[in-house]
Amino acid sequence: MSFLEIRDVHKRYGELEVLKGINLKVEQHQVVCLIGASGCGKSTLLRCINGLEAISGGEIRLEGDRITGPGVDLDRLRRKVGIVFQSFNLFPHMTVLQNVTLAPIQVLGIPRAEAEARAMELLRRIGLEAKAKAYPDQLSGGQQQRVAIARALAMDPQLLLLDEITSALDPELVSEVLNLLRELAAEGMTMLLATHEMSFAREVASKVCFLYQGVVHEEGPPEQIFGDPQQERTRAFLSKIIEAGRL
Amino acid sequence: MNPIDPKQGRSSAPSIPKDPTSLVLWALAVCALVVLLAWSVLLNLYRILERNHLAGVGVEVLLVLVGLLPLLLLVPVWRGLRNAGQARAALAVKDLITTRVKATEAREWAQYAIGYGAAVLLVFLSVQFLLANDGAVGSTFFRLELIRDSFGLVLGAFWKNVWMFCVAEVLILVWGLVIAVARMIPGRAGQPIRFLATVYTDAFRGLPTIISIYLIALGLPLANVPVVRDWRPEWLAILALTMSYGAYVAEVYRAGLDSIHPSQWSAARSLGLSFSQTLRFVIIPQAVRRIIPPLLNDFIALQKDTALVNVVGVIDGFNQAKIIASNKFNLSAVTTVAILFMIITIPQTRLVDRLLEQEKRRTRG
Ligand SMILES: Nc1ncnc2c1ncn2[C@@H]1O[C@H](COP(=O)(O)OP(=O)(O)O)[C@@H](O)[C@H]1O
Ligand SMILES: [Mg+2]
Repeated sequence: MSFLEIRDVHKRYGELEVLKGINLKVEQHQVVCLIGASGCGKSTLLRCINGLEAISGGEIRLEGDRITGPGVDLDRLRRKVGIVFQSFNLFPHMTVLQNVTLAPIQVLGIPRAEAEARAMELLRRIGLEAKAKAYPDQLSGGQQQRVAIARALAMDPQLLLLDEITSALDPELVSEVLNLLRELAAEGMTMLLATHEMSFAREVASKVCFLYQGVVHEEGPPEQIFGDPQQERTRAFLSKIIEAGRL
Repeated sequence: MNPIDPKQGRSSAPSIPKDPTSLVLWALAVCALVVLLAWSVLLNLYRILERNHLAGVGVEVLLVLVGLLPLLLLVPVWRGLRNAGQARAALAVKDLITTRVKATEAREWAQYAIGYGAAVLLVFLSVQFLLANDGAVGSTFFRLELIRDSFGLVLGAFWKNVWMFCVAEVLILVWGLVIAVARMIPGRAGQPIRFLATVYTDAFRGLPTIISIYLIALGLPLANVPVVRDWRPEWLAILALTMSYGAYVAEVYRAGLDSIHPSQWSAARSLGLSFSQTLRFVIIPQAVRRIIPPLLNDFIALQKDTALVNVVGVIDGFNQAKIIASNKFNLSAVTTVAILFMIITIPQTRLVDRLLEQEKRRTRG
């Protein structure tokens, strides 16, 4: 039994079938990278895993428990699975500290003082304790994204989903976010991330999955996917990435 | 691509700027006309005052001072003339840049004078309107001693309008939110409730307020509906206004909540917050800022519509004023209530504009 098991997952938006039978396994403490052309369904898959979208077929299991379909307590699932978005999605009317403590206080029922102490600890880790009282629009993109990661971590998730979290950042701000991910990976956080940062994927990934036409077209250790891809489509995709100077 | 031909490009000589003199002369003519018209209106006013034995040294001085004001229009005209002259002089020595600058300035001054002239003209024309028929128009609306004598009575009755819209606004805030949330309840189970709420808002938004007041405040007691039949007409009118404006305000809430980007819902739900927690902590606090201006607009409309309750016999400010007016064959008491309504609503209108301006600056910045 794998930690996260995605079995033959389909997702349709009306006529458009975005996911056409995804199969994917993630073990505990693994970092799995999803790569693929934009529009191939990476975000959709991640949103399905924590129940923001309902799937149209197949099933997803977390620690052996079914987490899709009728009768699933989505609010409980989401306490275990955190997600960080490309566009940060911080709450603009709340300070950094309030952003990080909202869910622990309201969802987990942790007393405010304790939640704030833990949040300050997280902020110290990401080097933003001085910004605790600042509002999101007073922060740079990189800082906002680190706060968004801290907000997800404050729920102590067992699985962290990351959806192209550096794509909306200016190039010089990317490394501060990737460094944080490196630390999390080193600590054994289980992560499933959609990314275009191929060299980062090559460095930290336990497994890389190439999504093409709604299925996992090829998967394997990063050395294989980047060094010796077996599939024609994978090679074509990677050569475009290399052309763009991102590998 | 062909190499650029050096002979092409700026082949034609720079054009000579248009002479602004004729525009400035037009401005002069307009302003002179305005001044003459203002003086004739003031003269007319003076004659009427004299006939009513209201003229005196103080009034004469005041009228002369007011008569001098339109002369200020000649200042921009004179500046226009001076700049036009300078433009012609510069053109004579082929100084095209100075010509262009001065001509532009002359035109701006002339336009300025014409704009202000038109405004002054409108003011004096409306004074002339009030003076028409030997001042009969003015005294129908502004008989001062009648306004003074009836003021206490009208103001007393106007408090009923204030009381009614204050009570109604509180009820509407709550009722509108109930309807708005009912229209947003997700899932299949919520479908019948969504449907009912939609029918309700469509019905009351399509119904003229005066008709719903009539139907509710007269109809419910007539139909002997329990509980409600014993209510005073004021309360029935408040009920009718709440039903009617609740539908509008529900739409205001809904538009405000809808205007929050769906990614905020995703972010909140992904952290494990429930539907109602997401509304309460994330969506509503952000929507409130956008809701306040349209909400205030609806409340201003509501405040004015409290004057409709006279159709069911409530003695509000307008009804009281109407009674006085029909006794005295003069509308001055109605003018009083009109002014009272404006005193209450105009500051709110200004506030709405300010808030909208702020919001625009905030989202732009
Ligand atoms: N809510 C939606 N409704 C309809 N189509 C959608 C919706 N969300 C995504 N799609 C479509 O699904 C496809 C995959 O989108 P997405 O998962 O965002 O791709 P990726 O993240 O790999 O770039 C795209 O063609 C997109 O247009
Ligand atoms: Mg995406």
